[in-house]
Amino acid sequence: MKHIKADLTPPIPGSRWRHMLSGFAGDKLAMLALFIFLFYCLVALLAPLVAPFDVDDPAFMDLFNAEIAPSWISHDYRFLLGTDGQGRDLLSVILYGTRLSLTIGVCAVILQASIGICIGLIAGYLGGRVDNFLMRCADIQLSFSNMMVAIVFLAVFQSIFGVAMYQQLAMLVLILVIGLTEWPLFARTIRASVLAEKQKEYVDAARVMGISQKRIMFRHILPNTLSPVLVIFTVQIANAIVAEAALSFLGLGMPSTEPSLGSLISEGVSYMFAGSWWICVIPSITLIILILAMNLLGDWLRDHLNPRAYKD
Amino acid sequence: MNLLSVEHLNVNFHFKKRELTALIDVSFNLKRGERIAIVGESGAGKSILGFSIVNLIGKPGYIQSGTIKLENKDITKMNLRQLQEIRGKRIAMIFQDPMMTLNPVITIGDQLVETIRSHTKINYKDAKNIAIEKLRNVQIASPERRFDQYPHELSGGMRQRVIIASVLLLNPDIIIADEPTTALDVTIQAEILQLLLAICRDNGVALILISHDLGVVSKVAERTLVMYAGQIVEEGPTLEIINDPQHPYTQGLLNALPQMALPGQRLNQIKGSMPSLAERPSGCAFHPRCPYATDKCRTQQPEFIYSGVSSVACFMVEDMLSEFSQDDEGSL
Amino acid sequence: MLAFLLRRLIQACFVLIVISLISFAIQDKLGDPVRQMVGMTTTPEVREQLRDELGLNDGFITQYTRFAKNALTGDFGTSYYYKEPTIDVILKKLPATFELAFCAILLVICIATPFGVITAIHPKHLVSRLIMLVSSIGLSIPIFIIAIFMVYVFSIQWNLAPSFGRGETTLLFGFWESGLFTKDGLSHLLLPSLSLAIALIPIFVRLIRSEMSEVLQSEYIRFAWSKGLSAPRIYFFHALKNTMLPIITIGGIQAGTLVAYTILTETIFQWPGMGFLFMDAVSRVDTPLISAYLMVVGGMFVVMNTFVDLIYGLVNPTVRLASHGL
Repeated sequence: MKHIKADLTPPIPGSRWRHMLSGFAGDKLAMLALFIFLFYCLVALLAPLVAPFDVDDPAFMDLFNAEIAPSWISHDYRFLLGTDGQGRDLLSVILYGTRLSLTIGVCAVILQASIGICIGLIAGYLGGRVDNFLMRCADIQLSFSNMMVAIVFLAVFQSIFGVAMYQQLAMLVLILVIGLTEWPLFARTIRASVLAEKQKEYVDAARVMGISQKRIMFRHILPNTLSPVLVIFTVQIANAIVAEAALSFLGLGMPSTEPSLGSLISEGVSYMFAGSWWICVIPSITLIILILAMNLLGDWLRDHLNPRAYKD
Repeated sequence: MNLLSVEHLNVNFHFKKRELTALIDVSFNLKRGERIAIVGESGAGKSILGFSIVNLIGKPGYIQSGTIKLENKDITKMNLRQLQEIRGKRIAMIFQDPMMTLNPVITIGDQLVETIRSHTKINYKDAKNIAIEKLRNVQIASPERRFDQYPHELSGGMRQRVIIASVLLLNPDIIIADEPTTALDVTIQAEILQLLLAICRDNGVALILISHDLGVVSKVAERTLVMYAGQIVEEGPTLEIINDPQHPYTQGLLNALPQMALPGQRLNQIKGSMPSLAERPSGCAFHPRCPYATDKCRTQQPEFIYSGVSSVACFMVEDMLSEFSQDDEGSL
Repeated sequence: MLAFLLRRLIQACFVLIVISLISFAIQDKLGDPVRQMVGMTTTPEVREQLRDELGLNDGFITQYTRFAKNALTGDFGTSYYYKEPTIDVILKKLPATFELAFCAILLVICIATPFGVITAIHPKHLVSRLIMLVSSIGLSIPIFIIAIFMVYVFSIQWNLAPSFGRGETTLLFGFWESGLFTKDGLSHLLLPSLSLAIALIPIFVRLIRSEMSEVLQSEYIRFAWSKGLSAPRIYFFHALKNTMLPIITIGGIQAGTLVAYTILTETIFQWPGMGFLFMDAVSRVDTPLISAYLMVVGGMFVVMNTFVDLIYGLVNPTVRLASHGL
């Protein structure tokens, strides 16, 4: 009788997390990636405290200081990383830019995940026509990549409301647009996990015991589907940040008065060809390292949480 | 002369941090046209033995030591090219699950013809004729139509027939059949088994049948090897092993057959389960499950000894034999 | 196969209707054709009359039906800026974008396939590790940064290839302006298509690697080895054919990414294609052009996806089976 009882209780994800943590300590690259990511988060959170200049200060922008090279070239130690075309301290601007990029990325993915998880749970649990319809929608949505939809949407939005209005709402609109477009990734994964979990005895047992559907979904199935979600979550934050940067680069994202990393790079391009490479290169490297860390983290999580690869 | 002789074969699995032994000191011979069976529970290392004969153990497994001689040529020392010449042509394999064995996106015909063409210089048309002929040999109706079909258009039993046909294409000396009927319906099992037996008998092909089912084995094999935890524990003529099993494990296997229990009676299981590679017990690997285990079994490894008709690795049998021989001497 | 196609076709129509609704809404909300047609001095009465004549005061459904009818006959309105039918403006730019995308895809296929296969076959080999490392890094560099640095290094520093425009083109069949047949055109194509390819290759290398290593674990590959087939035949016929199935599907999904990437690349290289035109139209608030672009790209997109599904159906025999039953 013993093994039957084991089938009836939901598997506890705890052991998996512990397994993950113990594996983590052994992998130097993953540790480094996590460290970099945490560092970025910390910097983003503390940007107002860490930044050498106050970006809201009107004196912050001073054309007299425009295009000063990084301190190791210009020996101007007021500006560690030099200044941009408008005389702003590059380090401060990058710190705030990172803060913006990360905020937009994380918020957008939280939105994606909540929509995706709900739809995935509904589709997987209810099945039948609902499932069919929702997955069709997901297919269609997925075939239009988020960047394409975002470009078109933002372009149209900008044309309708004008640039001034757009700049005020930019952050909110970016989060919404990026957040609303890639939910199918989450939905599909959750649905697949739900379908797999549904086969297992403990869900039947829960149903026989008269537990409500909502409770089964959220208390019993959901916890067991979270590990693949974590993988997508990490990778999607990287994707969202890239998407935001690309949109800003096209002039459809954050305005230059409130620059994210993407808008900084976009501004820097013209200076780059004029010789002031740091205005473009330093934000680019900041962005690339962030994305790389997120991707490495995502890869590592995929290797260690993927149930298919989850074998000793 | 032996067609195939395996001597002191040790197979290990190499994981990041540890070495695990999958086969320990396995030796046996196979004569031309002989049919032998390897039996044991799942996890005993039967399949690994089957795959190691053609040096096809999946990573991270590898042959650690020992020889596998096919007419004096050592397979373990061959390079990939020499191996490819032997695989399919001299030694062919039938896998467990016919649903997984055929490539789903290539037609049956192409999968048959490529085997012929990779070993010989026969042109496509002749190869096709051979393939169709072999399909007919395994009693597949309208082989010309089947030739152009994809695997998913065939039933499981049909696919296993196709696989048997593909194994016969180049008239190999040895067929290794790894649980060829386990994945099939009970009704089809007997047919496939009959077919396999007939084909081996008619063409003089030697067969190594890997199975967990002594019932299946008794119908086909002339000689049987019983494996437990990577070792051969008993070897002898099939009839002898079934009628008079020596090793407690073999006895347990036989008792566990459904035919051995009376209706309504509990099935006789061997208590406990096969140890995993990582946690091999000391001494005789079977001792935790053996009803006759003594302290000696827990610490020492029994030798493989010849007991008249079959060979056994068990201290109890050893002791009984020596008692017998002492009795014999005493009476003289 | 027929049912499968039909299902896809219905889906495609549905998507097209949604796209046309969006385009229509844009044109309806954004553009005021009357203001474009007449000067500021016209009296409100005249304007109102004109609106009536143009049918702008009709109900939404009537207006949309008219829009859809016009669109079906290829009439997408007139561009404010170019003063030409928008469809003509877009079709003139189509070859540039098409050639860019085509070359990039070609590069991706030629480079990603062997790399992906190598890394799947020998995952522990030094070369594979190097490929994986480079593609991990490549995956993390946004396309516009790749493009900027391509321009900076190859065009400005080393002066190897031009960084903007299409260069010399030849007219094919009377309507297709091609840059593929002149040296100048090809040299202009080099950097943009390379940037596009570099951005896409890491995605596909990783994809092919993961799919292929899974296929290589399967029983039928083991069986193929036991038949004594040669390694190239197993890898490039048995395994690759199975690997390609998921790759085709995901490749189809990446089509949207490709559109977005061409917009970015064309903006940076000032490549006179549809993406560049679109961004221009956005900055000029050329509403008919924006909505026409949406319709054309949406249409091409749907066609492409259906085409990918078709190829998938042809490669995968099990799809055909499903349709036999229906």
